[in-house]
Amino acid sequence: MKVLIVGAGLAGLRTAESLRGAGFAGEITIVGEEPHFPYNRPPLSKDALANGLTIADLEFKRRESIADVRWIFNDSALSTNYAERSVLLESGRLESFDILVAATGIRPRVLNVPGAEKSKFSLRNFTEAQELRTSMLGAEKLVIVGAGFIGCEIAATARKLGINVAVVAADPEPMFRPLGAEFGRAMRERHEAEGVKFHMDAKIAGYLGGDSATGVSLESGEEILGDLVVEAIGSLPNTEWLAGGELDLQDGVLVDSSMRATAPSDLSVYAVGDVARYAFDLFDSTPRRIEHWNLPTETGRRAGKSIAHFLTTGEVLVEPVNFVPSFWSDQYEDNVQSFGIPGIADSINVVDGELAGDCVVEYLRDGKVVGVVGVNTSAKLAPYRKRFQEIN
Amino acid sequence: MKVHVDMEKCQHYGQCVFEADDVFSLGDDGKLVYKADVDDSRRSDVESAVDVCPMQAITVE
Repeated sequence: MKVLIVGAGLAGLRTAESLRGAGFAGEITIVGEEPHFPYNRPPLSKDALANGLTIADLEFKRRESIADVRWIFNDSALSTNYAERSVLLESGRLESFDILVAATGIRPRVLNVPGAEKSKFSLRNFTEAQELRTSMLGAEKLVIVGAGFIGCEIAATARKLGINVAVVAADPEPMFRPLGAEFGRAMRERHEAEGVKFHMDAKIAGYLGGDSATGVSLESGEEILGDLVVEAIGSLPNTEWLAGGELDLQDGVLVDSSMRATAPSDLSVYAVGDVARYAFDLFDSTPRRIEHWNLPTETGRRAGKSIAHFLTTGEVLVEPVNFVPSFWSDQYEDNVQSFGIPGIADSINVVDGELAGDCVVEYLRDGKVVGVVGVNTSAKLAPYRKRFQEIN
Repeated sequence: MKVHVDMEKCQHYGQCVFEADDVFSLGDDGKLVYKADVDDSRRSDVESAVDVCPMQAITVE
């Protein structure tokens, strides 16, 4: 019996650990496109950028129980043959499977405007973090396209290093989609106090510069120039290699509560981590693909357990998705922590402190709490998080 | 079992508290407090805490 895990990030690692934890004794192969064992990505926009961490600093500890996992590095999946039960890799190698786990994660989205071919920086993996750090250290001004978490964290790190920063984004406020306008405005003001210049509601007409982009032009005619450009406008799920079967790949891989892909005649494909889309039963029945750090661990654990159960009993494990999405973000001395899905709320309620300072903010939809976000208030969040278990 | 938290790495997020609140807690000052000697029966939850630590600051022997 062979489980093939494509993707050597946190979700793939946790799936393998969970399989062994649940007693699966068969073969496990993990394919990763980078030359590294699974490593922790959040520090890439913070510590690794500011202080130049090594890959050894970032690698996850690997449990003894997965010492016999077969790792294939520097290779990625091109296509899947569902009838033959195999995956073709970039190297030409063919990997067979009894159970296939998609853990291929996401890649940075690219803005399709004139000048898009000019080289820009993005930040998803260790190599990109090293390249950005090297170039940033010699720069006076950084232009960041996108005002999500990655863009804002890079902005904060750059300011710490004494680099001037302009943020250009289509949204009305930073972190607008996950946290809403009011919280976003407060975060923008924190950044502005640190010297970041924002160009929000911006319609980008094109990238400027030679072979390397050095700025952007807006439809208004305004030009925002710097030494280098970082593009951080969100991400796309890596699912192209799964085409040709019965899987729903509209936005990532649609899976059920056991992380099994919904394919009527194929019970052997699973998806975990950033690439998986599923209903969060504590909130509603709408499948969502949420890229928060704790979910690769939650989905990997669930998938390993489900697969082991299926292989032992022939039955699919049915258990509600009780995961509470959670993320944190460090910007300057402020630490933002979130539980739930604040992005689906229609109103907010500041329940402790004020938005301009340390605070706890509840996010409500139809009067029900769907998220809680704290700034420098980790110790106060526990009772709020516990309330999610009472929603439905 | 011995639990150790690298306080140089710990950012006091308290994610570990949700996995094993008898071992980890956040004080009124927001700082992490933990028990270093923990009964082996708690291993599973403590290992979950190791997994979910954003800073990967927890080790178990």
